[in-house]
Amino acid sequence: MPVLRVSNLSMSFGGIKALSNINLEVERGEIIGLIGPNGAGKTTFFNLLTGIYSPTEGEIEYNLKKRGTSKNIKPHKIIGYGISRTFQNIRLFKNMTVLENVLIGFHNNFRYGLGASVLRLPFFYKNEKEAYIEAMNLLSIFSLSDKADEFAGNLPYGEQRKLEIARALAAEPQLLLLDEPAAGMNPRETQELMELIKWIKDRFNLTIILIEHDMSLVMNVCKRIFVFDYGILIAQGTPQEIQNNPAVIKAYLGGE
Amino acid sequence: MNTNLFRRRNILSLFIIVFLYIAVQLMSNLGIIDSYIMLNLIIIGINIILAVSLNLITGFTGQFSLGHAAFMSIGAYASAIATTKLEQPFIVGILMAAVSAAVAGVIIGIPTLRLKGDYLAIATLGFGEIVRIIGLNVDYVGGATGLNDIPQYTNWTWIYFMVIATVLIIKNFINSYHGRACIAIKEDEIAAEAMGVNTTYYKVLAFTIGALFAGIAGALYANYFYFIKPDSFGFMKSIDILVIVVFGGMGSILGSIAGAVVLSIISAFLQSIPELRMVVYAVILFLIMVYRPNGLLGKFDLKDLKLFRKGGKVNAGIKGE
Amino acid sequence: MKELLQQVINGLSLGSIYALIALGYTMVYGIINLINFAHGDIYMVGAYVGFAVTTSLHLGFFPSLVISMVVCSILGVIIEKVAYKPIRGSSRIAALITAISVSLFLEYGMMYFVKAETRTFPNVLGKNSLKLLDGSVVIDYKNIYIVAITIILMVALQYIIRRTKAGKAMRAVSLDREAAQLMGVNVDRTISYTFAIGSALAGAAGVLVGVYYTTINPLMGIVPGLKAFIAAVIGGIGVIPGAVFGGLFLGMIETMVSAYGGSLYKDAVAFAILILVLLLRPSGLLGRNIKEKV
Repeated sequence: MPVLRVSNLSMSFGGIKALSNINLEVERGEIIGLIGPNGAGKTTFFNLLTGIYSPTEGEIEYNLKKRGTSKNIKPHKIIGYGISRTFQNIRLFKNMTVLENVLIGFHNNFRYGLGASVLRLPFFYKNEKEAYIEAMNLLSIFSLSDKADEFAGNLPYGEQRKLEIARALAAEPQLLLLDEPAAGMNPRETQELMELIKWIKDRFNLTIILIEHDMSLVMNVCKRIFVFDYGILIAQGTPQEIQNNPAVIKAYLGGE
Repeated sequence: MNTNLFRRRNILSLFIIVFLYIAVQLMSNLGIIDSYIMLNLIIIGINIILAVSLNLITGFTGQFSLGHAAFMSIGAYASAIATTKLEQPFIVGILMAAVSAAVAGVIIGIPTLRLKGDYLAIATLGFGEIVRIIGLNVDYVGGATGLNDIPQYTNWTWIYFMVIATVLIIKNFINSYHGRACIAIKEDEIAAEAMGVNTTYYKVLAFTIGALFAGIAGALYANYFYFIKPDSFGFMKSIDILVIVVFGGMGSILGSIAGAVVLSIISAFLQSIPELRMVVYAVILFLIMVYRPNGLLGKFDLKDLKLFRKGGKVNAGIKGE
Repeated sequence: MKELLQQVINGLSLGSIYALIALGYTMVYGIINLINFAHGDIYMVGAYVGFAVTTSLHLGFFPSLVISMVVCSILGVIIEKVAYKPIRGSSRIAALITAISVSLFLEYGMMYFVKAETRTFPNVLGKNSLKLLDGSVVIDYKNIYIVAITIILMVALQYIIRRTKAGKAMRAVSLDREAAQLMGVNVDRTISYTFAIGSALAGAAGVLVGVYYTTINPLMGIVPGLKAFIAAVIGGIGVIPGAVFGGLFLGMIETMVSAYGGSLYKDAVAFAILILVLLLRPSGLLGRNIKEKV
């Protein structure tokens, strides 16, 4: 049973087709690379998966924590279905601390009500303390625990990317969507990040889809690759298959 | 987690709170604080409640409202009706004020909070004006002449403990996961949503809590000044409240308190030349926007006060204690 | 029927004034994405300038109209340079608060100097009127002047925007400021032009209102300013024909509401329309929908 099944998915913005007729499946535990030239529709695909846009046509079926389809999903409910994501242009809460950012990731795990928070009932402290401990654990995985009290906006770029992943993990997803996690990192940082991604995949038992431009990296980490071009899924397969696929070569190198 | 630490801090703050109350009450009884100073203390108190509650909506949750005075007006009228026409005790008036303002907050919030930024500001302004115009035209509440002979129940005790309650409740709300969700919405609505924050719910919630306390401020106002009319709660009053919030710092409760104190004193001094007061307000607003967009206190807040932060780093999960 | 015709004429006059002010809102919004709250107050200043010129210098209607437009356009440029330029990079909320501060400054600064009382605008157009249909429909010359001047100014505005270099620069900057800059458009100067033209139109509206309603006071700009803003939103803020359409639409609605018994609620109706438009068609009746990019 695939965790994600996309059938006949199309999305257009005012007559311009960003995605047309995408069909694909993702199995549990895979690391999938999503590649394609700029404007191929990769981020739009993520936005559809996370309910930010609703598709013009077609359907997405999730089979994670809860079953669901793109028809009944609102962006804030997507976490409840076991899907969490990062953003291409880093969307951290810049004026909140590193720790608070991760705590927002735990949002759905808090249980105390308004009354308990206003009256500071013991349950409030218990719940906050548990979350605090878990958040600090998560931060230590990303070597960010000593920066817990700094504003997220003050972190260097690479650490902001890591914090965004930590925040996404806090939501305890089963499917993690990473939108260009290594963008703007130097080769050494990228290498470290990729090792980390492989490690968290096993540690948290994740399925991961990642959008990335660095080919060597995608080929190295991903077991399977989807290639988008002009909103069409032009190829899918193992890194070897993709490297030798004439359609992919044409899409990247151009020419007839 | 060191529970003793909270206890000690709480006892210290409790001590200060009680001390301040008794000190002012004593001085008032002894005549050191005369009725003019008391009048200004009451105004400061009302302004603190208004500013802190607007700060929750605009400063913390990032929803720009230009209609806060409308909720104050609804509260003022509710309490005036309860205490004058229905001859209920003040506590009933305050409760009615809080409930009716909160209900209005939900009704106005649900449709308008779908709008963003400038558009939301204009829509809330529009709602504020509609409330005022309805008040002007309803004979039951006296139309343009307003309501008279409202019993004066508001005194130092009521004001003081209402201010404390407002500040504590809003502070505790902010320093919980509910409050963090609100701040996250201000910071980045799309990311907050992707992390599972129901943004509509929290925007309406913050708006409603803000409206509720503005309603209470209205009740305190109506039952102090004997007399209310719709024009006392127009667009200008909303701007007045906004100036306090911006002056003190958006997203800083302490800033709102300081702002309410400072600006209330300034306007008391400029009472005789109201035009000049508004010109001064305009210049303050402008200078703050250009030179200190985060307000006088900026990101500095209650939780950063030494008083509330004994011994080393604060554990963020329970920050603000 | 005759009653209706009479109201249409009144609505047209009121609508023209709203349209003139709305144009300034829409132009400024189009170019720097700022709701220029002070715009209504520039119109107030325009009325006072007209008042001063006609009472102290005893000039006629047209000279005072021109002088008021010139003074207002200078004022608009000064406001832009002093107040809005320093906060151009700030958040939308900061910009809006700054605009409110400028608005308060003009209102109460003016009140400080000329005092709060209402003044009577001299009747510079005479009391002649056209009587149609055996005198049952009365068209004041004032109405004709207002509509005619509005039309002339709008034609002039269209010419400036469509045909002149400055107008083309304005259109370019409002579409894409950075690209315009790269193509050699002087953005600062273009923004100043926009404020100058928008404020001149507000100044003209100020004099017209002075003539039409015959009374002026320092806070007279608030309500028509808001109404004109509503007009701009109705038409689609940033869309120039939208402002004209919105102004006339709102003027008509208000006149009709007042004429048929709802005069106490006419402002509430305007705001209700605003909220409805914002909720149902936030880009206005003539605007285009744009989705936020994630």
